Amino acid sequence: MELFKELISKNGLLFAFLLVGLILGASQLLSKHLFKGRIPAAAIAIIGALILAFFGADKGLANIEIFAGLAVLGGSMFRDFTVVATAMGAEIEKIKQAGLAGILSLFIGVSFSFVIGVIIAYAMGYTDVKDLTAIGAGACTYIVGPITGTAIGASSDVIALGITAGVVKTIVTTLLTPLVAKQIKLTTPHAAMVFGGLIGTTSGVTAGLAATDKELVPYGAFTATFYTGLGCLLCPSIFYYLLMQLLG
Amino acid sequence: MKIYGVALLVFCFLIGKYLGGLLAELIGISGDVGGVGFAMLLLMFANGFLKRFSWYEVQTKAGVLFWSSMYIPVIVAMAATRNVHAAISGGWTALIAGVAVTLVGFMLVPLLSKIRTTKQESDGTI
Repeated sequence: MELFKELISKNGLLFAFLLVGLILGASQLLSKHLFKGRIPAAAIAIIGALILAFFGADKGLANIEIFAGLAVLGGSMFRDFTVVATAMGAEIEKIKQAGLAGILSLFIGVSFSFVIGVIIAYAMGYTDVKDLTAIGAGACTYIVGPITGTAIGASSDVIALGITAGVVKTIVTTLLTPLVAKQIKLTTPHAAMVFGGLIGTTSGVTAGLAATDKELVPYGAFTATFYTGLGCLLCPSIFYYLLMQLLG
Repeated sequence: MKIYGVALLVFCFLIGKYLGGLLAELIGISGDVGGVGFAMLLLMFANGFLKRFSWYEVQTKAGVLFWSSMYIPVIVAMAATRNVHAAISGGWTALIAGVAVTLVGFMLVPLLSKIRTTKQESDGTI
């Protein structure tokens, strides 16, 4: 057993490939036989992986020593690298066509996320402008939250709350995208770009689209990758200022 | 050779990330802004440009396509390493805010999708 553990921890990344292969293989079988192809294998695998993450702690399954390699395979380096590779199948013409809608969706996406986050925080009893801004920013993405919170000097427990709102957004996006894709007409590259701009969490958008239709991933990822930057730009400056004028 | 494709991909990735880092520095935040987007654009242009050369053959492309097909496995690994406990234990404010924001975002997709930059809609993606 000791020998096995040592072997695995020395080859963590490789073991992660094996694990993911097994998860996807099992999902393929479930998709085919239990769900009769109605739910794509990728969606089942992603949901299954989220459930497995409950066995760990803050890093999900990667908190368990022998599964630590999953954090490398699922880390931002491999995620961004493989997302860029999907651009090989994307067409520049389609990106141009969605240009205006993509830019608009980015601005609208950041603004409405912030506003809804602030309204809900206010309704739950938060009245301090710094607190509201940190939670509203967290509702954009879990990166915008702490960057904004730190910039304006919000307290650490409120920053943590903002991060959590962002994490919830990522997970809800991952789970619901394949289920509602048809209803919200998320079937074209054009709509995928709008979707990426509106939702903005790169991990949620790309995971949700991967479970919906692999062809749409590069388009959604393309706009989503600008969202966090725009959020970090607007939240601690204009939005914070406006909120101060409104409540202060 | 496949390694040419992988090398091209890494080249585009690093340049894109670098540009994203520069843009982030310009607006005064840490991290990178649109790095992945820039890298994707670069790869698309590079692919379009290199097609005309004979040494840029199928095998080179296969080096990129392999990593593109590793995308879903990476996402599965990412999902398995999420902090799902925090998502649930963060209290109602975080939970309601996160869910509400996502649902409204979903509802806005069909509305904003109606905006088109060019008039021609003959590509069948209406």
